[in-house]
Amino acid sequence: MSELATRLPRARGRKRLRRNHLGVHAVLILGSVVMVGPFFWEVMTSLKTLGETLTVPPTVFPRSPRWSNYGDVFDTLPFGQMFWNSTIQTLGRVLGQLVLCSMAGYAFARFEFRGRGLLFGLFLSVLMVPSQLFLLPQYEIVSGLGWLNSLQALIVPGLFSAFGTFLLRQFFLSLPRELEEAAKLDGANHWQIFTRIMLPLAKPGLIALAVLDVLWSWNDLMWPLVVNNDPTKMPLSVGLASLIGQFSVDTTTLMAGSVLATLPVLLLFVVLQKQFIQGIAFSGSKG
Amino acid sequence: MAGVLTDREQASGSVGATAPGGAPSGSGSRGDTPAPGRRPGRLGRPGRLGRPGRGMSRMRRNDLFWAAVFILPTLLGLVVFYLWPVVRTLLISFTETGPFGGSEFVGLANYRELFGDARLWGTMLNTLKFTVVALLGIPVALVIAALLSTEGLRGVRIYRALYFLPVVTMPAAVGLIWRTLYNGDVGVINALLGLVGIEGTNWLSNPATALYAIAAVGIWLSLGTQIVIFLAAIQGVPKDLYEAAALDGAGRIRQFWSITLPQISPSVFFISVLAVIGALQTFDLIFVMTGPTNPAYPQTETIVAQFYQRGFVENQQGYAAAIALVILVVIVAVTALQFRLQKKWVHYV
Repeated sequence: MSELATRLPRARGRKRLRRNHLGVHAVLILGSVVMVGPFFWEVMTSLKTLGETLTVPPTVFPRSPRWSNYGDVFDTLPFGQMFWNSTIQTLGRVLGQLVLCSMAGYAFARFEFRGRGLLFGLFLSVLMVPSQLFLLPQYEIVSGLGWLNSLQALIVPGLFSAFGTFLLRQFFLSLPRELEEAAKLDGANHWQIFTRIMLPLAKPGLIALAVLDVLWSWNDLMWPLVVNNDPTKMPLSVGLASLIGQFSVDTTTLMAGSVLATLPVLLLFVVLQKQFIQGIAFSGSKG
Repeated sequence: MAGVLTDREQASGSVGATAPGGAPSGSGSRGDTPAPGRRPGRLGRPGRLGRPGRGMSRMRRNDLFWAAVFILPTLLGLVVFYLWPVVRTLLISFTETGPFGGSEFVGLANYRELFGDARLWGTMLNTLKFTVVALLGIPVALVIAALLSTEGLRGVRIYRALYFLPVVTMPAAVGLIWRTLYNGDVGVINALLGLVGIEGTNWLSNPATALYAIAAVGIWLSLGTQIVIFLAAIQGVPKDLYEAAALDGAGRIRQFWSITLPQISPSVFFISVLAVIGALQTFDLIFVMTGPTNPAYPQTETIVAQFYQRGFVENQQGYAAAIALVILVVIVAVTALQFRLQKKWVHYV
């Protein structure tokens, strides 16, 4: 009897807790629908016939998936070439920043030299200036080098990053110094210590920077829009945006193109979810 | 990853301090990170060779050499592509491009023209509206983060991934998707509104709705980032505070207002600074969702869109440079205002 008496309220409490969760889930699921719904609609539209996209009220599922919309993307745009351009732009910036920022970040974290604080302040000041103040002169420089409509125009200014240097400096500061000191006693020079000991330890920081760079490079719009207007030299972001004013392009093609353009980063997100979320949480912003 | 995470936690603990996303947090961000390198006397520095003076200077020279090797490539790149351009932009803003190329010095003429330019003031007003609407996303992100922090809730990781999805999507593609959704005739949003008896409009070409429709997409895009940061902050709130409050009979909502919100107010401030800086620079969505042929374009054109138009479409680099400097001034002023206001509502523990 007494056992029952004590169990009863607890059971009721647990039930109430679960019912509370039910309400929480209801709100969160509703929110998820708003967040994911547009993507669902994008994929559905990409598989419809043009006629199906024009019905009122709209139908949700295509009667039979029209995969040829994806083929149309390649007829409308030099899509393969643009995909390649985006890939090269992204890979170039990521690899370049990983090398350059890790070196500079390590130096700021570990070397002592006069003017280090001042120099680091200079780096940080770049972070605080909105990008519009760089664009016109960057365009002048790239144009002066004869690089308009080229892949190096997409890559080179993005090789250097104050943010990447800052991020990796913070990371190197958080690593213990004992290993370096031991290596130093063994007669290793700074370059050996950096490449053989510190870089392997800094892998999580490097991955965080790489993930952010992939996101920013792949999605970057304004800079490539400004320097490359030849469709065969555009990355996907600009290629997609260039379709908008053209009345001859069907919604179905646009949606198929959007799916293809977003897929690579999306797949990377699925694989490296934790790194994406932590990277973004560290940087706090998207651009 | 642990290292980055701790740094980030530090950052959200003493917010604004390490806001690398471009927040002009000023001098605060410089001194706050402990520099273990400065700790005196590590490594037996004075005199590994037993002769303090010479050994030290040799080592320091050695360090200087390596520092140069490691830093110079990035330093040169930053000077050429980022630091010099700021100076150059200022110089360009005093010039005007002639009809046959070439530029001539015109003093403050661009700035004078700018202040009398009704269209520019219009873009400024639009930009401010975008910014105000963008801030409305913060309470939404807070509520979702609070719900996700419910103790014992299942599926948190799945929800977090779903809410994060827009963050990893190309803004150009996002703009295209929402254009189809917002379509006045065949868009799904109007179809859904029709179900509850509301007649929709042509959201993106109606001057009364276009700006708000686009700003809503902006919120949708950045919600994931905000939720992730709030979640981390809420997890850092000491559990015993809630237990004490529960003993005093405070319900969940009361706990949120009296404990969670004050405790994570530094993160809320951090996010509001970033959201404002981001919204003041709205461009991608405008470019893809309206564009100059749209009847609602004058009501949605932002100051950065106007910068792009003048600098790269109409070939008025001098005027565009002046706009860029106005953007800088606006961002600095608004951020400074936020730092001033924070004293009234941000609690640092």
